[in-house]
Amino acid sequence: MCATCGCGHPHEEITLEQKVLARNDHLAAHNRDWFASRSLRVINLMSSPGSGKTTLLERTLRTFPGPAAVIEGDQETALDADRIRATGVPAVQVNTGAGCHLDAAMVRDAVERLDPVPGSWLFVENVGNLVCPALFDLGEAARVVVVSVTEGTDKPLKYPAMFAAADLVVVNKLDLLPYVDFDLDLCRKYLGPREVLALSATRGDGVDAWLDWLLTK
Amino acid sequence: MHELAIAQSVVEAVCTRAGDRRVHRVTLRIGALTAVVPEAMSFSFDLATEGTLAAGARLEMVAVPAAGQCRTCGHHGPIHGLLCPCGSADVDVTAGRELQIVSMEVS
Repeated sequence: MCATCGCGHPHEEITLEQKVLARNDHLAAHNRDWFASRSLRVINLMSSPGSGKTTLLERTLRTFPGPAAVIEGDQETALDADRIRATGVPAVQVNTGAGCHLDAAMVRDAVERLDPVPGSWLFVENVGNLVCPALFDLGEAARVVVVSVTEGTDKPLKYPAMFAAADLVVVNKLDLLPYVDFDLDLCRKYLGPREVLALSATRGDGVDAWLDWLLTK
Repeated sequence: MHELAIAQSVVEAVCTRAGDRRVHRVTLRIGALTAVVPEAMSFSFDLATEGTLAAGARLEMVAVPAAGQCRTCGHHGPIHGLLCPCGSADVDVTAGRELQIVSMEVS
């Protein structure tokens, strides 16, 4: 007789010891294999809303020397994909509705629709959010976290999971630095050994170093 | 609010493993660096279990503090976010990223 709920059935303890996101990780591994088979260089761009990810992509794609394609993630609207297509680069929009991040299944479906040319750089612009996207592997080759000088120097301290997972941190809106209380040196200190590139997506400062970084991927 | 997506993954995994048995308790291990909020997790778990074999199940959460090995001062122990107590961010994270289903009770 069960002492816990009185159901009359014997209770059994089952040990699972498995990752909660095992299914997403499995799908992400499939994505990674699929990307490799087509020589796709996949970059996952993450940030809070309004840091300038789409503006950075627009600036990048207008001068990027290689083939490129973009997956745009937002809760609603196709506005960002429209902006990307205006640069002449193919893009698909994923609307997550109530969801606050992209997952590996969404990216798989989107890339099937997008069908990028083999050898392309595939940029995935995640939903603007410094918390949730950090947990979900998409199968990407590199994670880039964008933070803008208008957001405050302490962002890496407030959202450690996101910054800990970054292969590169882009500090954007460098043109606004004279007008805001942002300490670039202190921000670099908070980021420790992580690679940091400071740039202005609107004015163009530092963008060459960003393009060089992308070409190494 | 990634807790709902996480809760749905948990419920899917435990119900698959439970077969046709009822799930009474699920125990998760949650690292501090996963930014999972326990209250939001409990709320999402109750929503995600509705109408499943885990409906009404109790959720237990074992919190794992963030820890790391500092390359600057050699400290090995608790860290605060990305930082070693010495202030350095040059830290190898050794704990705090866990997000695991430890066990469950079924009948």
